[in-house]
Order: sequence, then structure tokens, then C-alpha cells
Amino acid sequence: MSSSHAHDESAEPQKGPKVLAVSPKNPNVRTIQVVRPENADTTFLAATATGLGITIRHFGKNLLLPRKSVEALGQGGAAAHVRFKNDIETIQYPEEKVQYPERYRGLHRLMLRDDGAVRCVACMCCPTVCPAHCITIVPEESSDPSIEKRPAVFEIDELRCVVCGLCVEACPCDAIRMDTAEHAKPVEERWEAVENKASLMGRGIRSTATQGGEGPTWRDKK
Amino acid sequence: MSILYAILDWPGTKWLFLVFGLVMPLASLLTWAERRQSAMMQDRLGPNRANIGPIKLKGILHFIADAVKMIFKEDFIPASVHRGLFALAPILALVPVLVAFSIIPFGPTIYPHSLFDKLDPFALAASDPSMPLGAFADAIRMQMFQVDFGLVFYFAVLTLANYGGTIAGWASYNKWALLGGLRSSSQMMSYEVAMGLSLMGVFLIAGSLEPGWIVGHGASPQMSPANPLNWMWLWQPVALVLFLTASIAETKRAPFDIPEGEPEIIGYFVEYSGIRWGMFFLAEFIEIVFISAVIVTVFLGGYQFPFLDPDGFRVGGYMVQEAGTAISTGGLVFKLPHWAVSSLQFGAFGLKVVLLCWFQLMIRWTLPRFRADQLMNLGWKLLLPLSLANIMITAAIKLLFL
Ligand code: SF4
Ligand code: SF4
Repeated sequence: MSSSHAHDESAEPQKGPKVLAVSPKNPNVRTIQVVRPENADTTFLAATATGLGITIRHFGKNLLLPRKSVEALGQGGAAAHVRFKNDIETIQYPEEKVQYPERYRGLHRLMLRDDGAVRCVACMCCPTVCPAHCITIVPEESSDPSIEKRPAVFEIDELRCVVCGLCVEACPCDAIRMDTAEHAKPVEERWEAVENKASLMGRGIRSTATQGGEGPTWRDKK
Repeated sequence: MSILYAILDWPGTKWLFLVFGLVMPLASLLTWAERRQSAMMQDRLGPNRANIGPIKLKGILHFIADAVKMIFKEDFIPASVHRGLFALAPILALVPVLVAFSIIPFGPTIYPHSLFDKLDPFALAASDPSMPLGAFADAIRMQMFQVDFGLVFYFAVLTLANYGGTIAGWASYNKWALLGGLRSSSQMMSYEVAMGLSLMGVFLIAGSLEPGWIVGHGASPQMSPANPLNWMWLWQPVALVLFLTASIAETKRAPFDIPEGEPEIIGYFVEYSGIRWGMFFLAEFIEIVFISAVIVTVFLGGYQFPFLDPDGFRVGGYMVQEAGTAISTGGLVFKLPHWAVSSLQFGAFGLKVVLLCWFQLMIRWTLPRFRADQLMNLGWKLLLPLSLANIMITAAIKLLFL
């Protein structure tokens, strides 16, 4: 603190506020004159009229013109400006839903194999990387001899999830995704926010990634 | 029949009609309108969800939900408050405003026996006012107390409401509430002076303190009181701006809300909850309605509908003196029965009040809060000298030219 003050003093002694008095004990302790720009118009009448003009214009426009379409609202910002529509930006959520961007991270889902079994091989990459420690996996032996493990329990606590997407990045076999474009639902009890294996697989779809090292891969194309 | 008319003419009936038929519904609707309107000004939608089954009415029902919530909320009384004064303060804030409504003429005088006739103002003037007979018997005047000191009564009564805030702050046994109460009383004192003095010019021009008289006669005896050019806004524009400013300060709403300062600086009703807080809240909105009613009465011709004389619409008429009453006559007349004229005039009063309420809400959501020193500067250094100058200039003009 004091060093930076001293620096100011030595570098530009003339600049800055007008110094009225300097402490004899410490030259950095000074009384300075504060100049605040005074409002020239103390009646505030002109400013009030201008402000009322703006607010009345908005009020009238929003009262008289119809609301924008949900599509326009979803675009947001300057793109959402539509002629002959009002400026109201509110989206009345449960009734009106806007299209989410392609890479929006929604609720998790567990992808499925061709036969409908879970794709996850319980490699434990995602619970390891998860910064919120919200993925719980209990592995078990798989009945398919070509697959080593599968999750017996797969739970994600959506209340603790910070929606970082690292689990999706970490998965070696495209078994977990966040491309559902669904919100975490409002719940009344904490346990209701825990997604189990069945509900995660309920949102799942077949993955087109190859399974078990069979079939053509990018290596074969070389 | 006469007894029925006498009951209708009884001040208590009028007060009940005015307060429960007009003021309370309007004030409760304003609590919804304020949130909706502020939302519309800020490109939002505002509360539009409250419903009874499928009936939504754009959220108007929110005021019912609010009232029910306030009544059933816990009424928490902190330890070591002064219980008597703590309970008295909200009542003191609410009751004076309701009492002050008694001087407002909220409609024309109704002659129930000639409801379907086209009124003849000359016959009306000729009938003995002390003992009217026949068509003009049992007149129902839409003003509770017609007293010579009308507007002074309003100043006197509304001053009591200011004790509400101060006492609430003191009785709460809370330093912040006390400071809020002090701010409240200092602001009220500063602005009451300007508020009273700004109306002096109007009194000089009208020659009366009685709001009914001001509405019934207008500024100049040469013009019909229904002519908008004869209303006080044209004759006392400075007084209108000063009075509007000072009275918005009296309602303690933004930009003059340093006594309350709901979100940041703690106000005098910080210790209040439930229905007691609701009474402060309601008093604020009733004050808005009251201020609108006073401005409409004094400056905007009260219940007068533009160019609508008691016998119908008239263009290009002139005034004659008949039995001590100024009567507008001549010109092009479109005659209307008494009931149509009266309902148009009731409607005009309601519409003007609603528009002024809208304007006050507009100001409240446009301007930021004044600093305490700006507030005092505005009150003492600007409004007070301007209102004094307004009195002097009005008096000089009246002396020299009128
Ligand atoms: S999104 Fe992030 S926080 Fe949520 S489960 Fe995946 S890794 Fe954990
Ligand atoms: S990273 Fe993929 S395969 Fe591994 S446990 Fe998680 S979901 Fe299963």
C-alpha cells in the first residue's frame, strides 16, 4: 500500500487531486480536495421528463403490441428483436419451451448396446474424474463372456452434479452422454434427484460407436 | 322513499360507498397494477399466475392471494417493543387517509326525482336551496362533508398519518427503525410546508378552500366549470407540479422513499409483519388514490366531464348570473337526461383518478431514490421558494388584472 503511494508521489507529483494539507509525520497521509461534479439541474425536471419518456415508451409498446414468438425469444439478444412485436423477454417456462443449443448439457443418459444391454463397462473412469463425486457405481461380472464387467448399480446425484460434462469426456466407450436437452427436474425430497440405472437407461438410445473391437474402425481406413 | 334518500345522503353511507366501493378495491388493484406495470416498463411480464381454477384474469387475482397471505401470516411482535404504540402505529397510518376522503367530491349532486328528466339549471337555481321542493327535493350530494375549510381539514388530518411512521419507528425498539422513523418525520415536515403553500395560489384564484366549490365553479366565472380550460391546471401549472412533487413525497414512495427504503436502508416498519405490515402497505396505496383524488379535484376539474354541463354537452355557451348562481347557457346544446350526465361525470372522476394513479406508479418506477441531502435541497431550497413566489405572483396578477 504505502510503496505504491510513494511511487505515485515520485513519478507524478503534480497530477491527482488538489492536496490541501500533508501530515508532518507521514507525507502519504494527506488531506485532498474531492471534486464531485454537481448536478446542474437541481429541479430534476428535464431528467424526469426524459426518463418518463423512455419508460412510457416501453410500457406502451409492451402493452399494445403482441408478444414475440417462442422461437424469437429463444434466440435472445439482438437476434430476438422482431418488428411490430413488443420487447418482453419473459419465457413462461412450463408452457413455453425454447429450443436449446446443440451442445447444451442436460440430464445424463446411459447408452445402450444393440441388444438393449447397458454399454457401460464399469471402468470407473467417470466416478474418478467427477469433481462433485456424484457418480456411484457398483460393478458386477457380466453374463456376456466377451465383456468383463457391467454396473450393477449406477447412480448419479443430479443435485450434486455441477454439469461439467467431464464424465462424458472420460468415458472410453460412449456409454454416458448429456445430450438429452432435459433439465434436472424440481424435486421435493433430496433422494428423488438421484438418477438410478433404470432411469438413466430409460433415456438411453443405441450408440453407433463400434462395440468390442469388432467391425471397421478408423484404424482400418488407413 | 324520502327516508331512503335521506339514508343515501347520510355521510356514513357515502363514506362506506366511497371507501369500500371505490378506494379499497382500487388500492388493492394497485398492488397488482404496480407489479404488472413495473414489469411492463422493464420488458418483463410480471405476476400473471394467480388463478381460481381456470379463471386467471391476467393475474388480477394476485391481490386476493396477497391479502389472504397477509392475514394468515404470523403476526410477530418482538420482545421489548412498546406494545400499545406498536399496535397503534399501523392504525394511525391507515385511518387518517380514510378520514381525509370525506372532503372529496366524487360525483355530481343527484336529484333522484328528476333522474330521467333533462335538468333545467334555471329552475334548479330558482328552487329554494334550504327547502327544495318537487323535482329537486331529496338531493344526494356526493361529498361527505361540505365545509368551508375543506382542504385545510385534509392537511390537518393527513399530518396525523405521519405520526404513524414516527411512532412505528420509536415503538419498535430497534435503532434502524427509529432512524427510519426520524427520516420519515423530517421528510414529512419538509414537504408538508411546500405542499400546503403550493395550493395557496389555487385558493387565491378560486376564492374558496372548499373542494366542491372549486370543482363546481372552476377558475373563472366567465367560463363553464366543465370547460377544461377553466380547470386549475391551466391557471396554476406551477402549483400543479409543486403539489404533485410534494404529495408524492408525502406518500413516501420512490424517488422519495428514504423513510422506507425497503431493500437497502432499513425503514420504520422493519419489525412489523403479517397484517400490521399489510396495513402500512395498504395505507401507502390508499394514499396514492387519495393524492390522485385531490389533484383531480383541485387541478383537473374533479367529476366534470369536458364540455358536459348539467343539462348536456354544450359548445360555445356563455355564463349568466341567476339567483346568485352562475349558469352556463346558450351555444350548441346536445341535451342529455340527468342519469346520463351523472354517470358520465362519475366515470370521468374515476378515469381521471385511475390515470393519475398510473402516472404516480410510472414516476415511482422511473426515478431512482434521492439522497437525503438532495431531498432536503429539493424541499427547502426549491419547492418552498417556488411556492412562495407562486403565491406572490398569483396575488399580484389577481390584484392587477382580475
Ligand atoms: S457432469 Fe461433471 S459433475 Fe456431473 S456427473 Fe458428470 S463429471 Fe460429475
Ligand atoms: S466412464 Fe463410461 S464405461 Fe466407464 S464407468 Fe463411466 S459410464 Fe461406464
